[in-house]
Amino acid sequence: MPLLDRNGLAEDPFTRVETTDIEGLGPVIVPWAHHEAALARRGDNQPVGVEIPNTVSVAELRPVLDRFALVAVQFPSFADGRGFSLARQIRREGFAGTLRAAGPLIADQFADALNCGFDQVEIPEDLASRQPPEHWRRALAAISSIYQRGYGEGASILDQRRAARLREASDGR
Amino acid sequence: MYRYDEFDERFVRERVAQFRDQVARRLEGALTEEEFRPLRLKNGLYLQLHAYMLRIAIPYGTLSSRQMRQLAMIADRWDRGYGHFTTRQNIQFNWPKLRDVPDILDALADVEMHCIQTSGNCIRNVTADHFAGVAADEVEDPRPTAELIRQWSSLHPEFVWLPRKFKIAVTGAAHDRAAIRVHDIGLRILRHPETREIGYEVIVGGGLGRTPMIGKVIRDFLPKEELLAYLEAIMRVYNLEGRRDNKFKARVKILVHEIGTEEFIRRVEEEYARLDGPSINADPEEVARIAAYFAPPPYETLPVRSHQLSVQRGLDPAFARWVDTNTFPHRVAGYAAVTISLKPVGRAPGDITSDQMRVVADLADRYSFGEIRATHSQNLVLAHVRQDDLHGLWQALGEADLASANVGLVTDIIACPGLDYCALATARSIPIAQAISRRFQDPARQREIGPLQIKISGCINACGHHHVGHIGILGLEKKGIENYQITLGGDATETAALGERLGPGIDADQVPDAIERIVGVYLRERTEGEEFIATVRRIGLEPFKRAFEAQGAGELADAAA
Ligand code: HEM
Ligand code: SF4
Repeated sequence: MPLLDRNGLAEDPFTRVETTDIEGLGPVIVPWAHHEAALARRGDNQPVGVEIPNTVSVAELRPVLDRFALVAVQFPSFADGRGFSLARQIRREGFAGTLRAAGPLIADQFADALNCGFDQVEIPEDLASRQPPEHWRRALAAISSIYQRGYGEGASILDQRRAARLREASDGR
Repeated sequence: MYRYDEFDERFVRERVAQFRDQVARRLEGALTEEEFRPLRLKNGLYLQLHAYMLRIAIPYGTLSSRQMRQLAMIADRWDRGYGHFTTRQNIQFNWPKLRDVPDILDALADVEMHCIQTSGNCIRNVTADHFAGVAADEVEDPRPTAELIRQWSSLHPEFVWLPRKFKIAVTGAAHDRAAIRVHDIGLRILRHPETREIGYEVIVGGGLGRTPMIGKVIRDFLPKEELLAYLEAIMRVYNLEGRRDNKFKARVKILVHEIGTEEFIRRVEEEYARLDGPSINADPEEVARIAAYFAPPPYETLPVRSHQLSVQRGLDPAFARWVDTNTFPHRVAGYAAVTISLKPVGRAPGDITSDQMRVVADLADRYSFGEIRATHSQNLVLAHVRQDDLHGLWQALGEADLASANVGLVTDIIACPGLDYCALATARSIPIAQAISRRFQDPARQREIGPLQIKISGCINACGHHHVGHIGILGLEKKGIENYQITLGGDATETAALGERLGPGIDADQVPDAIERIVGVYLRERTEGEEFIATVRRIGLEPFKRAFEAQGAGELADAAA
């Protein structure tokens, strides 16, 4: 299914597998239900990703998180925002791999997803054909700064104000 | 008043452009109706019974004369020449066209206003005490806190797809005029009993709707600078764990109720312990920057009591009555806060014409530093009027049919739009309010009855706050006929309570009689100086129930005769 990151359409090096026989398959994404068996059977240096329902808690993830190269958080519907909070918590645990939002997200949620710590979104074909990458790019650029501190790469409005205050203070001296 | 800086300005402009683009993508089919719906709701655009409705945020109820004039312009240009002030300090226009909405949003942005998150499953317009900065019992002005929350909650990346809507109210006073116990989060600014430091009492899980609940205190004292991080912890717990399987059980009040207050506190505190507060909270300079906008206006030094006012009161009893009901003591000597009643007899509560908006704007400029407030009881306030000016103000208001002397009285009724506008309604509410206000229109009688809040909702969603009305009226539908349930003893203040049902539902035309009987019991039973709600608390529901049932029996007898 189509994959988008902040640069547009992206290649997906991972394959989804339902089996736990993953050796030799290259980078794979396994369902959460099979993650223990898959981790036990992975090949040396084989990147393993896991796909989790948005009801899995960060406490359940914590013990195994650093063994995954990718975590895909399912969005059963675009209106179900649990994945955004889960992404924040996963990043807070120090997870440095790829974080993917998987499901029928809409272009207008792209910025929120990235700001909450996702790297990419994987959307169904029909949605991608209605909402081409150009729409995602436009939606991403719609709001240039947000108020909340600590979300995303850009400086928040609060931090920009703080920087302006510091500049003024040092100019004044 | 808060003024936008370059960042706020750009943010709101970009939000308008974003919505314009969303409308365009909906029209070309890139967004399905299902996908577009929450996007338009998050911009305050509802589909009602007959047309779209646009809900404009008046953050914490404060607006300038300039903003009020722009609302009048919008009413004339894109609507039908009037607007409706709501119970959440917003204003609604009932007849805009979808294609005009982006232009309306631009016109709002021109005066630093917006419709961001006035609907949808996100954090809604933050409300506050309408006597902020005026009331003598205030620890700290709640508006800087509310403005900080407005900014923090606007387009929050994590919290715009919540299980359900989320409402926050703030008060800085001991007496709660912001109904903080019936909000998802209620904040009360207070001083720590020992350190005297300023902080918040945090209340979570109040709400009305079909399962009314009084909020629970989850923190007795939160240091002021920790506010945003703590809110983030609450919101994260709710976003992850609030129910999504049933929209009627999705509010945070249900989560708190189902897992228990203790467990809810444990989860919030656990999340709070894990997050990095200083990286989330606003720095004290930012808080101070916002607070500076709410510095007191340049008051004159005046005697405590205005000689002119006492003379005018003596000469003009109608004026004296209006002063008694519609003014509130100001903490600054020689001033008063004035409530402009939007409840003239026989009109829809909260409605105001564009001409009246302009009159209010002019009077605000002339008498109250250009500042206006909207109250949750659907009235307006001019917060800083010199007592010497009250008579002139009263006369000018009278010419615009804005001088009803009924604030807090039986005809100062809160009512939701009901079946006249609302697609969810099961019954009409505005005509009920009109009928009651006609029945009790005699000013002398209203004053004799004294403070009494009637609140009416046109369905179980409780937009009219009927659960917390001293007398609540809930319009339902029974076999195709409108049917009204009467409750008694509700209270939205620091002594918050939910009203209890008096008996079986009654027909629309019986409602004024029912209110009459309830009032009759009160007048008979009250002790010297005792207000309605106090009498209800003291004598309980029984005497009222008996009178209510007697009415039902009487009507049956009439029908048989
Ligand atoms: C006409 C279109 C309107 C619609 C479709 C609508 C819809 C709703 C719904 C569905 C609820 C229940 C939500 C829940 O319990 O989760 C609700 C509650 C509420 N609405 Fe409205 N409403 C409308 C107009 C208004 C107006 C005009 C006001 C103010 C006068 C208002 C203020 C409120 C308030 C204060 C609540 C209850 C607060 C609470 O849920 O705790 N609404 N509304
Ligand atoms: S209480 Fe019901 S009828 Fe009244 S506005 Fe709310 S949803 Fe509509």
